[in-house]
Amino acid sequence: MILALRLSFRQWPVVLSFAVLAFVVLLVLAGPGIVPAEVRELAGDPWEPFGAEHLLGTDQLGRDLLARMLEGGRLTLFLASAVAVLSFVVGLAFGLLAAFLGGLMDTVLSRLMDIIMALPPLILAILVIALLGNSMPVLVGVLVVFEAPRVFRLARALAMEIMTEDFVTAARLRGEGIGWILAREIAPNAVVPLVAELAMRFVFALLFLSSLSFLGLGVPPPQADWGGMARENAPALGFGLPAPIVPAAAIAAVALAVNQIADWLVAASGRRAARRG
Amino acid sequence: MTEPLLRIRDLCIQAAGKRGVTELLRGISLDLHAGEVLGLIGESGAGKSTIGLAAMGHIRPGCQAVRGQVLFQGQDLLRASARALRGVRGGGIAYVAQSAAAAFNPSFTLGAQIDEVLRRFDSRGPAQRRQRIIELMGRLGLPDPAGFYDRYPHQVSGGQLQRAMTAMALAPRPKIIVFDEPTTALDVTTQLGVLAAIRQAIRQEQAAALYISHDLAIVSQVAGRIMVLRGGALVEEGPAREVVERPREAYTRSLLQVGTQPASPRDPSPAPPLLTVRGMRAGFGPFRVLHDIDLTVRKGRTLAVVGESGSGKSTLARVIAGLHAAEDGQVVFAGQPLPRALKQRSRDLLRRVQMVFQSADTALNPSQTVGDIIGRPIRFYFNPPRAEVGQRVAALLEAVELAPELADRRPMALSGGQRQRVAIARALAAEPDLILCDEVTSALDPLVGEGVLKLLDRLRRERGVSYLFITHDLGVVRSIADDIVVMERGRIIESGSRDEVLAPPWHPTTEILLASQPSTAAGWLDRALERRNRLLAGDPNPEAAIAPPPLAANLVTP
Amino acid sequence: MTLSRLIARRTIEGIATLAVIAVLLFGGVELIPGDPARTILGQSVTEEAVRNLRVALRLDQPVHERFLSWVEAAAQGDLGTSILNGRPVAPDFAWRAKNTLFLAGYAAAMSIPLSIMLGLLAALYRDRLLDRAISLGSLATISFPEFFVGYVLLTVFALNLGWFPVLSSVTPEMGLAERLSRCFLPAVTLSCLIGAYVLRITRAAVVSILSRPYIEMAELKGASRTAIVLRHALVNAVGPIANVVALALAYMVVGIVVTEVVFTYPGLGQWMVDSVAKHDMNVILVCGLAFGATYVGLNVLADIAAALASPRLRHPR
Repeated sequence: MILALRLSFRQWPVVLSFAVLAFVVLLVLAGPGIVPAEVRELAGDPWEPFGAEHLLGTDQLGRDLLARMLEGGRLTLFLASAVAVLSFVVGLAFGLLAAFLGGLMDTVLSRLMDIIMALPPLILAILVIALLGNSMPVLVGVLVVFEAPRVFRLARALAMEIMTEDFVTAARLRGEGIGWILAREIAPNAVVPLVAELAMRFVFALLFLSSLSFLGLGVPPPQADWGGMARENAPALGFGLPAPIVPAAAIAAVALAVNQIADWLVAASGRRAARRG
Repeated sequence: MTEPLLRIRDLCIQAAGKRGVTELLRGISLDLHAGEVLGLIGESGAGKSTIGLAAMGHIRPGCQAVRGQVLFQGQDLLRASARALRGVRGGGIAYVAQSAAAAFNPSFTLGAQIDEVLRRFDSRGPAQRRQRIIELMGRLGLPDPAGFYDRYPHQVSGGQLQRAMTAMALAPRPKIIVFDEPTTALDVTTQLGVLAAIRQAIRQEQAAALYISHDLAIVSQVAGRIMVLRGGALVEEGPAREVVERPREAYTRSLLQVGTQPASPRDPSPAPPLLTVRGMRAGFGPFRVLHDIDLTVRKGRTLAVVGESGSGKSTLARVIAGLHAAEDGQVVFAGQPLPRALKQRSRDLLRRVQMVFQSADTALNPSQTVGDIIGRPIRFYFNPPRAEVGQRVAALLEAVELAPELADRRPMALSGGQRQRVAIARALAAEPDLILCDEVTSALDPLVGEGVLKLLDRLRRERGVSYLFITHDLGVVRSIADDIVVMERGRIIESGSRDEVLAPPWHPTTEILLASQPSTAAGWLDRALERRNRLLAGDPNPEAAIAPPPLAANLVTP
Repeated sequence: MTLSRLIARRTIEGIATLAVIAVLLFGGVELIPGDPARTILGQSVTEEAVRNLRVALRLDQPVHERFLSWVEAAAQGDLGTSILNGRPVAPDFAWRAKNTLFLAGYAAAMSIPLSIMLGLLAALYRDRLLDRAISLGSLATISFPEFFVGYVLLTVFALNLGWFPVLSSVTPEMGLAERLSRCFLPAVTLSCLIGAYVLRITRAAVVSILSRPYIEMAELKGASRTAIVLRHALVNAVGPIANVVALALAYMVVGIVVTEVVFTYPGLGQWMVDSVAKHDMNVILVCGLAFGATYVGLNVLADIAAALASPRLRHPR
């Protein structure tokens, strides 16, 4: 990365966040395979508490919760990443298009995005799912529609801001093509805020998706993401058992870690902007 | 001699930054007596603003006074309690900031903000206080003072805000006023009026003042005594006229010489035209910014375009560069018509016209190295072998008097003057015939700017390049121009060779600009005001027309 | 642009957005390929059930007629009947809307004054321990899903300590004190969500204002610390804070749905989610419109609040 992003011990929350994120991602990538097979296949009693045999206890059907968590985590993180990346790409493409073409194209795109952003996302997501059912493509599609406008706004604003900088004007005067200006003049200066935005889109997608699954409108059974597991195991809470808190805590931990990293990136890009000004 | 009002002793202030500790002040001592105006002058980093703030017992966050005292009427403000400081600030020592537009709270009327200070030191009722404020506003030349009291900051002009801030400082009759570059952000003609108003008000209120400026000429007109500062230390100190007329230190002499002489002798021989503009008009939508512009840049010569902000001079440069489309008119460059739009210009045509911008901070991409920045036009236009690019970059850096090792640095690691030199090297890399220079020295300190001007002039002589030089500064014009056009409100009102334009008979606008150009000459301010008021008689522009009544003949009180 | 024109424009835009929501809600069923009634019910149902749903959705009428007759009936207090049990929607809606508003008001009253104060404190003691603690805490709460906060609160305060009931069921006869106690945990859950948001924006707004030259000027004028914070900083922060409060309330529309489900609280959100599983389109429609109108209305209000606080707009040249 162009900018030297330095971490010091003063920023221990950021360091910790990277560690948590790396830990979770590695575990989830390794998958349920790291749980001993005999434990995984053995269906115990429902909602056994934490123990040596089942590290995190068992779920409502007596399955090993850790194995389920790893499986559900893969789905959860994959869906949230897919939504974040898709909405990022769509928003970025349209945002740059609007910034460069300007005129009618810009007006139409900007108005459209304004309208989407004025709509209550969860309410409309519930409506769409009520009408279309809760299949994966519908879920991802709905989330991308609500997330892309935010990326659009940032990308457009960034491009417009950087485009008026004299160094871009100098490149235009030299006769540089749009590709070179984008790749060499604009992109290196927009990387940090854009990465921060990607991180924030991921958190939004993670929380939104989990909420939908928690409401029973997300990932359709028999698959379960963490939000769905928090719902399935909810009755355990009545018996004072922590089974539903485990997946909820996993969501919370990942969301907090990524938010912390995004915050740090935003601050880093802000500092740079301040230095330049 | 009576006890001084303010006595600063051996003041050392440090700033703790990422790269260790920086010394802002290295043992400054000064005395300020009642009724005296002391001028503090220096370039950026001289520590003059730090002294001004410290005089009020204010140290900016991140800074620390490691040694010394600031004694106001015997009380050390650096060690005073917050409560004691509040008693001094406003009523004892008042402050006038450089940017009044930012220093006024946008949510309150000007009158209310002035009264906020006054009420703490004036026991009279609101009606009388209002009377006092309105009277002061009138004395500072503000239009319709009673109505002005209830205006919001965003509703008035920059020059008026600066006058209102002076009124705010004066209102509680402080013993001392600190003026921190109060006219720097203003156009020269506006500056003249504000400066005169400030000087008159100080005298009438019999206040002492610290007057901080980077401009020796300005300070010499208002201050009785001058301290020249550099890098947080004193260079020399003395009565204003003495420092200006018989400077002891070389640094002071070099400051005094800025903008007074040509960078090199002018070549009187005729030169063929390189760029000719005929009947150019341009604007933004319904607003016409340029009307029927005609001008010629001669080969190997410098044409200066002079005007105040809003005269359209920067738009002119953008139109010639192809960044802004003209509505009408033609531009001929090297015998061929120059297409209006950038896209219609051939790569060779683009190469032959280069531009250098006002602020090198934004003109250089912060994510690229100096070598990338200068190397790119070489590759783009000439595409020589890889090794040769590096050699050419090194040669260009040397041509702009920079060390070739700087090629590996990023712009952020360079000083302001170095950055502007890199920007010039980038323009030169294209081996152009014409360079458009848009206020290239206005963001730089005077001496640094002078160095850049000399460099540009040397490059012109050595390489035969021509300049179209946009500036508001007649000092710059005097130093570098062969030919001059003067612009006002989008029109060229006068043009000709440098000697024709700068010598009488003048066009009235040129004469006002010339008269407003600060000078260290004794009595310049009064003569300039008198001359301007004569020229402006009947001019409807209120900002320019309002000037305080003429003063008694005695010009600079020691 | 003058203030009145700006307000008029934002209001019209708000109405237009509501119209988009209405079109989506009413026209949504039109957009589905095939027979929407069958899509909703799935394949394994009788023809009669499909036919009933079509009538209930008024799919036998064109969209605009459907919309007009719905508005006409709604104006007379008739919101249709629940497909599920045939009961009229309106009385249930009124009761549940009241519950939801009560919960939202409860949470807002608890969190907004507190979070503005904490935000202000964090800004005033910027980069000190207090600020770092407040900032980290608020970042955590906006990162946590509502059901996580809800579960933790339930486990600690209802199950282990027994201070509050596990189920937040309320009945129409219930007294205010009882109601406040029953709704406490859901209200705290919601408070965390919007409070953290308000806190962060308040802090950012005040920090940015405190770095303006006019604050340093006020100090040099000899204004007291209190005067600087209350008079110079806060007055200029009113706009951004009012704006974020309205936005936070709008944001609560989203959070309240999940919170009601966590605590099985008889509000609109829980009803709407329940109805999705039961394909009760009339209920979804009514709840969706109510939430949508609140969301859009508060967003418009947020813009107007920001404009009202701007001296440039209040006092044009």
